[in-house]
Amino acid sequence: MDNQFEFDWQAAFNSVPFLLKGLPYTLMISFGGLVIGFLLGILFGLLSLNKKWYFRWPATAYIEIFRGTPILVQVLFIFYGLPDLIGAPIDPVTASIVAIAFNSGAYISEVVRGGVQSIAKGQQEAGLSLGLTRVQTFWYITWPQAFRRMIPPLGNQAIVSIKDTSLFSVIGVGELVRQGQVYIANTFTAFEVYFAVAIIYLGITLSLSLLLRIYEHRSKSAV
Amino acid sequence: MPYIVNIEKLNKHFGQLHVLKDIDLQVTQGEVLVIIGASGSGKSTLIRCINGLEEYDSGELKVDGHKLEPKGKSQQALNTIRKEVGMVFQQFNLFPHLTVQRNIMLAPLKVRNKNTQDAAKLADKLLARVGIANQAHKHPEQLSGGQQQRVAIARALAMEPRLMLFDEPTSALDPEMVGEVLDVMRDLAKEGMTMLVVTHEMGFA
Repeated sequence: MDNQFEFDWQAAFNSVPFLLKGLPYTLMISFGGLVIGFLLGILFGLLSLNKKWYFRWPATAYIEIFRGTPILVQVLFIFYGLPDLIGAPIDPVTASIVAIAFNSGAYISEVVRGGVQSIAKGQQEAGLSLGLTRVQTFWYITWPQAFRRMIPPLGNQAIVSIKDTSLFSVIGVGELVRQGQVYIANTFTAFEVYFAVAIIYLGITLSLSLLLRIYEHRSKSAV
Repeated sequence: MPYIVNIEKLNKHFGQLHVLKDIDLQVTQGEVLVIIGASGSGKSTLIRCINGLEEYDSGELKVDGHKLEPKGKSQQALNTIRKEVGMVFQQFNLFPHLTVQRNIMLAPLKVRNKNTQDAAKLADKLLARVGIANQAHKHPEQLSGGQQQRVAIARALAMEPRLMLFDEPTSALDPEMVGEVLDVMRDLAKEGMTMLVVTHEMGFA
């Protein structure tokens, strides 16, 4: 049998318009999930820094659970499991956004915690000694400095989460990978199509890296 | 004459270590009190108790008539006291994300509710007073150590404190910069500021 494989560039190019129909889903789930994840991360990150155990423990439990289980299991649980509990179906896109939100939120909590802890205690003491309240000290002194340090790890998490959306093909979300699978089912050009899919992901993540680098550079020169 | 600081039988432990043992200390208005002593003898801890950056275990501590309870039990008094007591740290602790002028403006804006214009005017006046009027729009990292410490003094003065605490203000400075900071402190003392200074600078003492 002739097993000589030849990469068919035409097949790869031809698949692109069909694949790009999945792009809005990939971007929407990533963006929506990360925005909510960022808010969750701030909330639970700050709670995990609290001295009182009844604030700290729930935050730690949340972080450990969502960091310690696979996001694939989490989305299957949300999509197939939760509807039994709440008595109503959840559509795949919503389930995907929720999964990205809670998963990235757990990692972002740790980013927030690390960022805040990295600011020298003297900064807080200086604020308090000037008569600022604890909240003012945090908001005007600690947070702006912590946030600047959080930008690189936040960008890192955004890239991870964007790639994680590829898993949601399993619950039928028409994102990039799912579009690829559907296309391949008709054309049997797996190598070329997955190659095109990979290039599209790379395009998204490289653009994001570039934007982050520009932003980081700007906020540094604005110091 | 009422004391600005009145400490009686103050005790403070760090675990097993009894750092402050039955301390009595009275400071009157306009007095400049210098505390010297070996490292680790509790000098810094003592002045940090006065504005509540450290809690103490027992005894009595009054600042300008406001009683500060042991173990951080008096948040209300603490807020009042911190507005009246300025502090200068060994490591300056300037805010690196703000300009020099903004460093000084922050507390007047947020604690005294001054408007931006007045706060900026105050900052410029204080910067002139500590001899670095031309550095207002730089960031702290662009200044020398001595200049940074002078900004820190100006920042504390912006709250118009009744008492200034200096926690080893020259210990982190290169020798040639010690003088400029001590000069500012001497001027302050001459103008009648009540000061409590922890230092190793025997010449100043």
